[in-house]
Amino acid sequence: MSWFERIFRRRRLYDELSEEIHEHIEEKIEQIMRLENLSRPAARQAALRAFGNVTLLEERSRGVWQWSTLESILADLKLTLRRLRRAPGFAATVLLTLAIGIGANTAVFSVINSVLLKPLPYPDSNRLIALRLDAPGAGGLASFNSGLAVSPSMYLTFAEHNRTFQSIGLWSSSTANITGVEQPEWVQADQVSDGVLQTLEVPPLLGRWFSSADQDPHGSKTAMLSYGYWQRRFGGDRGVIGRAIQVDAQTRTIVGVMPRGFRMVDRDFDLLVPFALDRSQLKLAPFCCNGIGRLKPGVSLGQANADIARLLPLWMDSWSNGPGTNPHWYEKWKISPNFTPLKRQVIGDVGNVLWVVMATIGVVMLIVCMNVANLLLVRAESRHQEISIRAALGAGRARIARELLLESVVLGLIGGVLGVGVAAAALRLLVSIGPANLPRLSEISLDARSVAFTFAISLFSGLLFGSLPTWKYAFRRRSTLLDGSVRTTSISRERHRARNVLVITQVAMALVLLVCALLMVRTFAALHNVDPGFSDSPHIQTVSMWIPDQLISDSAMVTRTENDITDKLAGIPGVTSVGFAGAVPMDGNQPNWDTLYLKGKDYGATEPPIRFFNYISPGFFHAMGTRLVAGRDFTWSDIYSLRPTVIISENLARESWGSAQGAIGKQVREFSSMPWQEVIGVAEDVHTLGLDEKAPATVYWPAMLRNPYNPQPMIMPSRFITFAIHTNRAGTASLQSEMQQAVSSVNASLPLASVQTMQDIYGKSLARTSFTLVMLGIAAAMALALGIIGIYGVISYAVSQRTREIGIRLALGARKNELRWMFVRPALVLTGVGVLIGLGAAVAVARLMRTLLFGISPLDPLSFVAVPLILVLAAALASFLPASRVATVNPVDALRVE
Amino acid sequence: MENSKNESRDLFPGALEMMILESLRRQPAHGYALVQHIQQRSNNLLQVEEGSLYPALQRLLKGKLVKAEWTVSPSTNRRVRVYQITKNGLLHLEREISSFDRMLEGIQMVLGPQKRNATS
Repeated sequence: MSWFERIFRRRRLYDELSEEIHEHIEEKIEQIMRLENLSRPAARQAALRAFGNVTLLEERSRGVWQWSTLESILADLKLTLRRLRRAPGFAATVLLTLAIGIGANTAVFSVINSVLLKPLPYPDSNRLIALRLDAPGAGGLASFNSGLAVSPSMYLTFAEHNRTFQSIGLWSSSTANITGVEQPEWVQADQVSDGVLQTLEVPPLLGRWFSSADQDPHGSKTAMLSYGYWQRRFGGDRGVIGRAIQVDAQTRTIVGVMPRGFRMVDRDFDLLVPFALDRSQLKLAPFCCNGIGRLKPGVSLGQANADIARLLPLWMDSWSNGPGTNPHWYEKWKISPNFTPLKRQVIGDVGNVLWVVMATIGVVMLIVCMNVANLLLVRAESRHQEISIRAALGAGRARIARELLLESVVLGLIGGVLGVGVAAAALRLLVSIGPANLPRLSEISLDARSVAFTFAISLFSGLLFGSLPTWKYAFRRRSTLLDGSVRTTSISRERHRARNVLVITQVAMALVLLVCALLMVRTFAALHNVDPGFSDSPHIQTVSMWIPDQLISDSAMVTRTENDITDKLAGIPGVTSVGFAGAVPMDGNQPNWDTLYLKGKDYGATEPPIRFFNYISPGFFHAMGTRLVAGRDFTWSDIYSLRPTVIISENLARESWGSAQGAIGKQVREFSSMPWQEVIGVAEDVHTLGLDEKAPATVYWPAMLRNPYNPQPMIMPSRFITFAIHTNRAGTASLQSEMQQAVSSVNASLPLASVQTMQDIYGKSLARTSFTLVMLGIAAAMALALGIIGIYGVISYAVSQRTREIGIRLALGARKNELRWMFVRPALVLTGVGVLIGLGAAVAVARLMRTLLFGISPLDPLSFVAVPLILVLAAALASFLPASRVATVNPVDALRVE
Repeated sequence: MENSKNESRDLFPGALEMMILESLRRQPAHGYALVQHIQQRSNNLLQVEEGSLYPALQRLLKGKLVKAEWTVSPSTNRRVRVYQITKNGLLHLEREISSFDRMLEGIQMVLGPQKRNATS
């Protein structure tokens, strides 16, 4: 019979027993009545006398079935809880420490679990991969993180000729203007090809997926809705399929709605719109889009790479970039597939940061355990006599050990329960802050795995911090325990050894965490000291706008409209200057990268390096606070007359002509068919790609210029622009509505998008560093506080234990200063040893976090000198406070202690 | 403390179980009948408290030395729980009796014949 069967059978066993005994007594009564001719009450009394105490016997019979070990553990448990209730200060300190420690660990684990460990929310998501291409020859076009993007012609070649994929798709995040409603709306309208939804394999809630017919440019125009947009715009109307919607002035039919929670890889979207792929018009370029694919079962990444590598020459044979171009030019780019699991692409490099945070929080947990162990040791010491007496009376070691361990495990588990509450609050806070570069933020939750982790860590830490007092008091020679309970407890070095080791370890760990935190602070400061290439960012309002072909097809008219809007915006009260550009620094937009030829320089057979291109209006530099180092800004007449002018960045000027001034009047062009353009100005370097990236060599073209890509003379305006508006009203709602009015007065169909201040953008570029900084800072602060508490506790306890000795010394004429020093000195020695050990560990850890640092060495001297000083000072203070209680000791009282 | 009174009547731990098993070996019986049987056989020398039979029976049940079944007694027309010795019970009984015999022999040898004569 298994134990749980026994528990469930008990009820029946007990009932049977009662019935049996009842029948026995009845039978006896009848017999007595019959044989002795007694009345029933008299017979009943006689029967009960003969039977004995019914309740007691029943109880003892039931006892046969009970589980004595379990029941005695329950009794111990009750005793433990009662004992904790009697010591509320101790219990509260321990539980609070544990709750914070376990809570922090659970919270960080939940983040790691949700972001790094859980599979992406698609069926069989381990077969999903990102089509990442390496192209070392393509310069800035292929970024280190995401590689070279996929072109539509590549997608068609790969999709039609591969042997390793179940499906391949192409998608690109995009935006669209929804018109035909009272207020034009700007929405996230991602473009997807046939195969994207088939790859992600999430069925639509209503309607159908896109198919290849939907991407026929001459076919009917279709769109799909996200769940959120369906609810917001159509109130969740199930009859929405077949309705029409105006997307960028084009009528599209709604064919499907995706279910709640479905995201485009890691992006929220409102609409999905199919690509319009016209085979006859497709070229090799542009490298615009994200490719995703679902591998056939059992195919490895290596096989997929080899399969697609085989198709690259076919791609160059099948398409061209127009007459007169060499399709095999891209061989210079050395394109090769380097596919990664989709999950890794989504997570990006945030894994490093998260593991560093998990490690530091784990160290904090160890410190928490040590502190609690210390408190338990003190407590066990005060129970020392009780334990000795119990041992002397015959309690087994295991029995005493069980009780001590039970106490610590109970503390650990209660701490764990409180910790889950702390973690839930911390996660809610984290999600509401929403660190910009933490992927899968919406998926973060406390799930079963997190709870199991909490349980494990609570149990483990309970056993860990309980094992020390248990080992000391349950498994040590008994004879020493009873003898010196009062008179000789004063100086027992052995007694303090365990607690000294704990303090040293705590100091060492706190040192490591503090060094890491200080390194991050220094990194943060170094990033702040970088001149970003713009100034007064809190007072720069940015807002984006897109003018689609369908709305204004005439190129000059586009620029004219943008100019009019600029003027209207400049007329808003409080606005001091306005300009616009294809991208403002750090907003993530990269309008273009291409080669730049300098006139008079012979490149031979090589290509000039690739430069960052931006397209700007007059006044943009002024609004951004970017200094012109030499020359002048564009004027509107430069732009309308299409004068061949260009502005370059200072680093490009120095690299090409040695100085900023030397660049003025020089001529450059993008490629041979373009007329030479004169450099009229040089602007200071701008850290467009982020503060921790070098400022790229940048070419600023006018917002409208002759299309260099087209053989026929054509004007190319900037259709996607971001305004920079310098005003001390930046970020206010009133400014936003006035901006919308200004835009509507020029063209009522243009919505505004991405309304944010330059300060917001700047803050996002620091998000990773500040996230790491805040997490490490919290961990380090906890470690420091716990370390101080640890030292304080040890010294304070030592003082109280040695009160007699202090009394004797005082009576013999010792000075109070000497006595104080007697307690401060060992604390400083312990700290010193801890610092030395910690320094060694910190050097190793700092090297590991090198990738997170900027502008300082991992062995930053300031951090490595300041932190030990801080710790020694803290230790001196933490020991001086209890040590000064010496001054209050009255020798007479001290000697009368007993 | 509560145990001491009962244990003194129980002679020594295991004696009651042994007598129950021996009775059941002769024939299955319910609790009341077992008490009657033991008291008659011992000529009422052993003043066994009737109720102390039940913890002993539960121990035997748990050890699977006896098994129990509810029936209706033909004589009294009552629902009774009839106990029956199992194969394990028989083996156990034999072992207990032989070790009991050895113990008794030992005790007798220590006490000696004179002492026994004196008391009888």
